[in-house]
Amino acid sequence: MPDTTIDVATFDELKASAGDDFVTELVGTFLEEAPQMLAELRSAREAGSAERFRRAAHSLKSNANTFGALRFGALARDLELGTIPADSAPLDALDAEYARAAAALKALCDG
Amino acid sequence: MAEHGARLLVADDNKVNRLLLKRSLELQGHKVDCAENGRIALQMLQNASFDLLLLDIEMPEMDGFQVLERLVAEPSLADLPVLVLSSLEGVAHVVRCIELGADDYLPKPVNPVLLKARIDSSLEKKRLRDQQKELVRRFATSEVAQDMQQSGFALGGRRIEGTVMFSDIRDFTALVESQPPEETIELLNTYYTLMFDAISGHGGVVNQMIGDGLMAIFGAPLPLADPAGSAVRAALDMIEMIELLNAERTAAAKPALRIGIGVASGEMVAGYTGTQQRATYTCIGDTVNLAARLEAHTKVAQRGILIDSATQVRLDPAVAVELLGAVPFKGKAAPVDVYAVRV
Repeated sequence: MPDTTIDVATFDELKASAGDDFVTELVGTFLEEAPQMLAELRSAREAGSAERFRRAAHSLKSNANTFGALRFGALARDLELGTIPADSAPLDALDAEYARAAAALKALCDG
Repeated sequence: MAEHGARLLVADDNKVNRLLLKRSLELQGHKVDCAENGRIALQMLQNASFDLLLLDIEMPEMDGFQVLERLVAEPSLADLPVLVLSSLEGVAHVVRCIELGADDYLPKPVNPVLLKARIDSSLEKKRLRDQQKELVRRFATSEVAQDMQQSGFALGGRRIEGTVMFSDIRDFTALVESQPPEETIELLNTYYTLMFDAISGHGGVVNQMIGDGLMAIFGAPLPLADPAGSAVRAALDMIEMIELLNAERTAAAKPALRIGIGVASGEMVAGYTGTQQRATYTCIGDTVNLAARLEAHTKVAQRGILIDSATQVRLDPAVAVELLGAVPFKGKAAPVDVYAVRV
């Protein structure tokens, strides 16, 4: 499991190729969309829908990797490739990592 | 140029991916539209013309695999280049995409430099394909071009039921000698334009032009509901067009043109003949020979359109025909009933 919340090299590369202002906007979009996907993940687990669960985890992984949120991406990937967890502990861990990644991304944009 | 200002469609259900991809592509100078699932993407592809599709696999309603399957089945979209961009893991997905006709597969997050290289290469390939298609269109008929695109090119024939037409200009040699060659070329171009229009207007395909003569096929390579009726209606249109042309020529103090048309129906073998390097779509068989003999016989019979009995029995009774009697033709064991179509 990578211990990096945000890989700054990946984030800088993104800014260099897409532009600082655009990346700030894109982070904003991610922060709007991610909570819905995290909620979808919980709802899919409760409904027992492996397909919805996998798709939501896949989407989160994809976005996490775009911003260099390595640990968050790795947690989402484990969920995507695994079976629906028996309890909500892995989702709690994902939420907590999301909070860290979101704060770090905001700081990077403001800085 | 194709590499710049191409029109691209991005299909991705994830908003962050969509926005980022749109941005990268716009920075490369392309015009970009977005669809949030496969169903919407297909609709947009059917309603507007795009140069390239960038396709995500995981999407609700219709996923990327289903989009690829639909594209292959749709002749107007089968040539659209598709780049699959996905963070799905496993070689099996990549293989499946390529098997379904995707040009390439790029893992997400997409490296912008790699993306640009793949897009430029796909657009260049599409440009070459379009150029090739345009050449095929110019030198073959659109029906033959479509047949080749769908079933591929293979030498060899298949048996079909259809109708063949031969037509040429009467006393063409005398006409050629009476005027400068430039005028003859111009006349031939006008003549062929009018004849092609009449023939293709009724679903026929002109497959040969020899001097002032032409051969047309009705019912191949694409089937026609009523090949005999279509061929005779085309023949009547051709005579009418020649009369219109003659009105102009007479006004310009030029000699009138006369054409003779022979039509025969039945079984024939249709296909590509020649070599792998140079081939032509044609039909052979007794039916074809008979149509050629009927065309030649128009000079003797002094009629514009002659048809065989196989064509006559398939005709709408509203078309007036006259039995001229049995004529012994070279290569035919028994005399053949010949009918003239009243014009």
